[in-house]
Amino acid sequence: MKFWIPTLLLAAAAFGLALSGVNEYFFYAAYMVLTFVVLATAWNILGGYAGYVNFGTPAFFGIGAYAATVLFKWLDAPLAVQIAGAALMGGLLGFGVGIMTLRLRGIFFAIATVAVIFIMETLMINWRYVGGATGLQLLRPEPMAPFESYTRMLFVVMAWMVLASVAVARYVQDSWIGRGLRALRDSEEAAEASGVPTLRLKLVACVIMGALMAAAGAPMPMYLSFIEPASTFNLSYTIGALGGAIIGGMSHWLGPIVGALLLGSLQQIVTVTISSEVNVLIVGVLLVVFVVVAPEGILGLVRKWLPFSR
Amino acid sequence: MIFSFDLLFEAVLFGILLGCFYAAVSIGLSVSFGLLDVPHVAHPALMVFGSYCTYIVASYGLDPILAGVVLMPAFFVLGVLIYRFYYEAFERRGSEAAVRGLAFFFGLAFIIEVGLILTFGVDQRTVEARYIGSSLALGEYRIPYRMLVAFGVALVLTAGLTLYLSKTFIGRAIKAVAQDEPALRLMGANPVRIKQWAFGIATGVSALAGAMLIIVGPVEPALDRLYIGRTFCVVVLAGLGSMTGTLAAGLILGIAESIVLMMLGASWAPAVAFGLLLLVLGVRPQGLFGR
Repeated sequence: MKFWIPTLLLAAAAFGLALSGVNEYFFYAAYMVLTFVVLATAWNILGGYAGYVNFGTPAFFGIGAYAATVLFKWLDAPLAVQIAGAALMGGLLGFGVGIMTLRLRGIFFAIATVAVIFIMETLMINWRYVGGATGLQLLRPEPMAPFESYTRMLFVVMAWMVLASVAVARYVQDSWIGRGLRALRDSEEAAEASGVPTLRLKLVACVIMGALMAAAGAPMPMYLSFIEPASTFNLSYTIGALGGAIIGGMSHWLGPIVGALLLGSLQQIVTVTISSEVNVLIVGVLLVVFVVVAPEGILGLVRKWLPFSR
Repeated sequence: MIFSFDLLFEAVLFGILLGCFYAAVSIGLSVSFGLLDVPHVAHPALMVFGSYCTYIVASYGLDPILAGVVLMPAFFVLGVLIYRFYYEAFERRGSEAAVRGLAFFFGLAFIIEVGLILTFGVDQRTVEARYIGSSLALGEYRIPYRMLVAFGVALVLTAGLTLYLSKTFIGRAIKAVAQDEPALRLMGANPVRIKQWAFGIATGVSALAGAMLIIVGPVEPALDRLYIGRTFCVVVLAGLGSMTGTLAAGLILGIAESIVLMMLGASWAPAVAFGLLLLVLGVRPQGLFGR
């Protein structure tokens, strides 16, 4: 209850906000920030709980975006179907990558995920149906009834997706999955020896992560009215997801939300006021500083300074 | 498409030259990741940084290869500092060093890349030398001199490092750290100092690799992303830490990439390294010449 009532209130608040007279640009920027919240939350399921670093965020995000594009172009599918299809593809990709590399040490998984990004990008560059290297222009349908613009509608969709992904992450954290993942993060051998099905748990985490990341990518083509490989499979999504989780704190589902909200908002502000290069630089510097100085992230700092907050 | 042995021969020939070049750009990583177990994903970024340093030094009229050699001591020191920092911040703290170490090197790679973009812009840079732009005519085949230069330097580098690691005292110490660090500690040696030295050498070699990178083709700040795949593919395929394996793996990648380039075209070439990497990880993660 302590979790579900605020969640429903936030869902209603996002809906109400989209119907209010707030400036259109707010929704345009907020959508990107919320996307990073979903990505960081998803990243943390495998990266934070299990300690397996995934550099392949753009691969999962991109397969989601392209799955949605194909469903839209081929069947004229509605947004909900696009998101479901994207999540399915992302989960499958997570399963495939996981089964190949999760038996190995973590660094091999990390490198393999980088490989998946570039393989996906190359495939899409060479696939004429989705526009190849030049990309594909997409004609947005009319927004649904109560919304006056498509961006507002996408904002609500993404806000609800944030809530859904946080609910999933919270469930994973508190259930036997999360306990098993934490056990194998501390010592894979010890966990295996005490009967934790380590490979199966890692695969479950990888599939959930992939599905959530792909779902976050699904509305992107509609948001931009355009899709193109180079920006879809951009490593800036990697650093956004990883940075959000690490800066916020990886031990609790709240961490990635805090980190991604801060980082995402900062990025939006810096992109507008300075430049998009500097924005990536700031994320890189913050990431390195946090990893060195405050390895427990913002949550860790709060816990240190306020000893009574659990 | 008509298949011809002439074309295939040309592709293999070019692949061998390309492969030696790939071996040369990977050999630093073969030491830092293969032998020392440092998750050095910033290796390609440091190499591209080396290319830009070469570009600056060469603009004073120095030959690019010589410029790379001149830069090596500076990069050696840089490498020692990076390892020292990595050790103090992560390795010494133990348990969760892996996740944070990876994130650290990834962040470092991004900082280097964006730093280069902010200083030099996103334009491609090239260097000038007599052997760049002309090629050697061998019967009906033409071999660009720049590839031959890279080929030669690659062979010298591989042979040099192999000899260094097997014949010298420090070289053997580096191999000993890779094999059994606790044992070395028990013998009274300090593994951190040895690793620091080895990481310095690996980074110093990257300066020369960077010089070759800008000789072989134009360089841009984001080039490191592509080389994450190539270098890690070579090192993993070689079997971590094997120097001669690195040369063999480089050749395999070079020939494979060159054949794909000829058969399917340039848009498929970047996927070769990454595909081969995934294949090796899935089928034979200990590599061809694995310990």
